[in-house]
Amino acid sequence: MYLLEVKGISKYFGGIKAVEEVTFKVKEGIIMSIIGPNGAGKTTIFNCLTGLSKPTKGTIYLSDTKLTGLPPHSIVRLGISRTFQNIRLFREMSVIENVMVAQHHKTRSGLLGAIIRWKKFRDEERIIREKSVEYLGLVGLSDHVTTLSGNLPYGAQRRLEIARALATEPSLILLDEPTAGMNPQETSEVMSLIKNLKELGKTVLLIEHDMKVVMGISDWIIVLDHGVKIAEGLPADIRKDPMVIGAYLGKEL
Amino acid sequence: MNEVREGKKEEKRYGIKPLVIALWFALLLLPFNGLRAALILFVVLSISIVVCKFLFLYKKIVFEGLQTFHNKIKTVRVFSAPSALMIRSLSLIFLFIFPFIATDYFIDVAILSGIYIILALGLNIVVGFAGLLNLGFVAFYAIGAYTYAILNTRFGLDFWSALPFSIGFTTFAGFLLAIPALRLRGDYLAIVTLGFGEIVRLILNNWDSVTLGPNGISGIAPPVLMSISLGKLSYYYYFVLSLVILTVFVTRRVYSSRLGRAWVAIREDEIASSAMGINTTMYKLYAMAFGAFWAGLAGATFAGKMQFVSPESFTFMESVLIVSMVIIGGLGSIPGVILGATILVILPEILREVQLYRMLALGAGLVLLMTFRPQGLLGGKGVSLRG
Repeated sequence: MYLLEVKGISKYFGGIKAVEEVTFKVKEGIIMSIIGPNGAGKTTIFNCLTGLSKPTKGTIYLSDTKLTGLPPHSIVRLGISRTFQNIRLFREMSVIENVMVAQHHKTRSGLLGAIIRWKKFRDEERIIREKSVEYLGLVGLSDHVTTLSGNLPYGAQRRLEIARALATEPSLILLDEPTAGMNPQETSEVMSLIKNLKELGKTVLLIEHDMKVVMGISDWIIVLDHGVKIAEGLPADIRKDPMVIGAYLGKEL
Repeated sequence: MNEVREGKKEEKRYGIKPLVIALWFALLLLPFNGLRAALILFVVLSISIVVCKFLFLYKKIVFEGLQTFHNKIKTVRVFSAPSALMIRSLSLIFLFIFPFIATDYFIDVAILSGIYIILALGLNIVVGFAGLLNLGFVAFYAIGAYTYAILNTRFGLDFWSALPFSIGFTTFAGFLLAIPALRLRGDYLAIVTLGFGEIVRLILNNWDSVTLGPNGISGIAPPVLMSISLGKLSYYYYFVLSLVILTVFVTRRVYSSRLGRAWVAIREDEIASSAMGINTTMYKLYAMAFGAFWAGLAGATFAGKMQFVSPESFTFMESVLIVSMVIIGGLGSIPGVILGATILVILPEILREVQLYRMLALGAGLVLLMTFRPQGLLGGKGVSLRG
């Protein structure tokens, strides 16, 4: 059963072809990595998947629902969530508020509810607060619930982004270089966290440069170079693929 | 290592900046009072710099005190502490007995402060919570005031039946402005709102048949509550006080709800908030309209107080004043905005003695504040308009 189907998407910025006719499918419940040199179009694909930019061509389906053309907030509702390569937390909000914001679309209270605070409103707030604490526990931030998120150390900020993405209750979670800039210990913590996500039944799509992470946890890998998909397969096969080695290390003359 | 370097940098900054400021103010004074006064000012400022330098040695203690005070206020939002409750009830008691101990002049100033607090709290929703710089906020204030003025003098509606129209019409104007403006960001949005403010003022000034042009509309009836006219100053004081309490109550509650969180998220990072499921266009629209709502209320209250409105009360300077109130107090901080509004109403009154220099002194105060505490008196550390 495929959760996500990407059919021939292209994204052009003026004359630059950032992504060109990329097609792939993601099976439910796996960890799939997208790798490739800088500027290969990995983040652009993430942006297309989450609606932050519209693909020039091609279509995207999430379990048979067409995503292309939908605004970002509707796509979140359908079950895709993401983290960002350059951390994008709500820095002036506390850690728990960051996670509570992500549950926005699951709550309904409006202006009147907020002012009068009837039982429905209070229950809703209590539930998302409890859930937020739960998600924070999952990524190991239970001790920082009321800290301003901008004051967290770097590694913790990355983990908070994952908690925030989880809080939208996605079926597919996109992680854009979650271990960038981390030391080996932090990296292995994030690796086990990602494995944890898989056990929770989430499908994970991962952009990552650290080959130890990629080879260690991926069930399937696709390789991009200059916006084109050049290879796809199991980690063991990708490691040996001459095209991939060429893209990363340069081709032999 | 890093800390040491930062400390040194700060020391250097405080060493040079006040000197430059002193020189600058001396130059500002030069055309008004001649060379001698300018020199005296320069010397006085330079001496106070030395004093300042000593003060800055204790800067950490003072600022930490301010910070903990602020943090206390911040945490009250989630878990209210008993001590804060005591402070709050004490100040409420003071506010209630205020008309008995103050002269008419002070009550008058207090009423004006109250109206500006409502206005600034409204703008705080737009600028402080949602991060949309609105330089034409006075337009909504004007629409609120004129709607009541026209409905009252032309159609004989009393305050209470005109108020829904006043507020509704202003909120609607907020929506109308938001629709084209929300495609823009940051500086561009500021320019569009500035234009909107000017358009409204020009319409009021030139649409003689409806607004009576520059002459303004006079003879507006003050509100009547249970057959008691609120025209008397102390009655009006209580009326405005209750409106301020209502405004604080509602904006606080909305701030700490899912709506407020959505607004702050948009201010902090628009892209991330849309990727977290917030319909950013929708919520920016809400913020504009909800901010305008309070401006409508403040406008009608203003018209009822003055019993006279004219386009002169709604110039661009007024918009700047309201924005300053929000920024001085601290973007997004409700106690801060109240403080900012009060200061900016009271300060010109105190400085009335030195007529000629009061705008100068006010400007100097603003510059100093923004140099040394850019987040405002009670604002959060990283909250600024630097998109």
